[in-house]
Amino acid sequence: MALPRAQRRAAIFLGAPFFVLFAVAFVAPILDALYNSLLKTQHSGYLGLGGSRIVFAGLSNYWLALHEPEFLASYGRVLLFGIVQVPVMIILATVLAFLLEMLSRRWSSFFRATFFLPYGVPGVIASILWGFLYVPGVSPIISLLHDVGISPDFLGYHEVLWSIANIVVWEFTGYNMLIIVAQLKAIPRDLIEAARADGAGTWKTNLHIRLPLIRPALILTVVFSIIGTLQLFNEPQVLITYSPYITSSYTPNIAAYNQAFTDNNVNLASAEAVILAVVAAALSFGFLSLVNRRPR
Amino acid sequence: MRAVTRSRPAVLPGRAAGRSAGVRETGTAGPAGPRNRATRIVVVGVLVVVAIYFLVPVYWLIVASTKSPAGIYGSQGFLFSNPMFATNMVQVFTYDGDIYTRWLVNTVLYAGVGAVLATLFAAAAGYVLAKYEFRGRRALFNLVLAGVLVPATALALPMYQLFASVNLTNTYWAVLIPGMVSPFGVYLCRIYAEAAVPDTVLEAARIDGSGEVRIFFRVVLRILTPVLVTVFLFQFVGIWNNYFLPLVMLSSNSLYPITLGLTTWQAGSIRVPELLQTTIGGALVSVIPLAVAMIVLQRFWQGGLTEGAVKQ
Repeated sequence: MALPRAQRRAAIFLGAPFFVLFAVAFVAPILDALYNSLLKTQHSGYLGLGGSRIVFAGLSNYWLALHEPEFLASYGRVLLFGIVQVPVMIILATVLAFLLEMLSRRWSSFFRATFFLPYGVPGVIASILWGFLYVPGVSPIISLLHDVGISPDFLGYHEVLWSIANIVVWEFTGYNMLIIVAQLKAIPRDLIEAARADGAGTWKTNLHIRLPLIRPALILTVVFSIIGTLQLFNEPQVLITYSPYITSSYTPNIAAYNQAFTDNNVNLASAEAVILAVVAAALSFGFLSLVNRRPR
Repeated sequence: MRAVTRSRPAVLPGRAAGRSAGVRETGTAGPAGPRNRATRIVVVGVLVVVAIYFLVPVYWLIVASTKSPAGIYGSQGFLFSNPMFATNMVQVFTYDGDIYTRWLVNTVLYAGVGAVLATLFAAAAGYVLAKYEFRGRRALFNLVLAGVLVPATALALPMYQLFASVNLTNTYWAVLIPGMVSPFGVYLCRIYAEAAVPDTVLEAARIDGSGEVRIFFRVVLRILTPVLVTVFLFQFVGIWNNYFLPLVMLSSNSLYPITLGLTTWQAGSIRVPELLQTTIGGALVSVIPLAVAMIVLQRFWQGGLTEGAVKQ
């Protein structure tokens, strides 16, 4: 099935810009990370002062990373974070999408715009904003709570993780809600009317007709959220200014970043980046095969 | 805000508006009746509470941007006191030369140029993957899909190494080049092109003697317009919001985008009270344009997202 010559030339001409850049920005970095993760710098001489050279290290960087308690703890932390934050956000987004369906068009578009607004606020700026709302002395929330006898510490050892979760919920609930709304709108109207005619009330239609039909949207949002959670960086990085409990390896990404730029260990950082990509792929595909296994 | 929402249709190009409106008709109208009125009050009540949650930080930002550093610490944060908005804005735009303006221009440049080119390239690649049958097409598309799922931050560190080896780090290119690539855009464009570009139209254009590339620019791009708007918006916001890549790539603050610049101010604000004001004022200025765009262009997101989500 060879293409006519003119079409083949056009396919190459039109496809080249994207695929060349894709090779530069996606394929090459992955190959580079894999290569670098297999090397290490070896120092020679007394105290390593005799110079250094780069040698093949096998899988020792991976071994090192996976035996680093701090690095493993960072995965435990984002896992815990994800188990709580992702369901809370997706359930909230779903509930909001369904509630909007019950309103008149004018009101639903007003609320939809309000909920979607935070998506336009960059993650680091959202973190700066919430950061101010977490800092005693600046935060009006803390002072209001103080007046009624509650004195929360949003930046405490245990609390700060959930303060970060709140920022992520604030940023992305509206975005996920919009994906779900889009799919709700695509449900044929007669399907809903047929259910109504059969005597199904609002709750029954929502639960038994609409919910199963928006499954693809829910799967999409969960997969994106899982990948996003693993990459957690901006929010804790910004809150470092205010909370001493956010360490230099608080999340896998912060750990890899500091490994590369603070400790200057590019090889270990590469191994950590590869591990991150592998874990993200494993979790996404794991989740996808889990939900696709069930009979339709 | 509602005035903005209502004026939306005026700015929409015909096709996308018609399509979205058509989709919307299929939604069911809210039920009426006495029992349902109580339900609706509860529903609206819940939505209002949630809306307050989403608006509180932005409201606080507006109030705080009118205060002096002493006022930020010394007065109730949700109430205005001694407004000095103009003074604060002058401070934002004049602090450290006019570095904030520089950051603003950089951000518009990174996001604007990056998103326009990313959209064009994604449209071309998506069209090729949808409409030209060649060996390896399936494999190429799967490679692109894998690209969608790779964490961007896992790519940034090795990309730094690569760019450093050709002296591209700490240049505009270091942020621009990765911004021109949108695998998700290719994914959306392929799906859309497959469904929306009829083979008969392509055949007719070929019989008329149009060249292949000309067909793409004259015929296909026009048909793809709705999804192109979505791809552009995604990429624009993605680059505008990006922090990790510029943080890794850039070291001179004259190249910074707003996100990176503001975090340097924020980190310094603990020691320098002036920076507290510039951080808050700068955050407000940067939030406004995108928040307005977000509301005005809302239905475009929805249109494109349907393509991606429904046809999984």
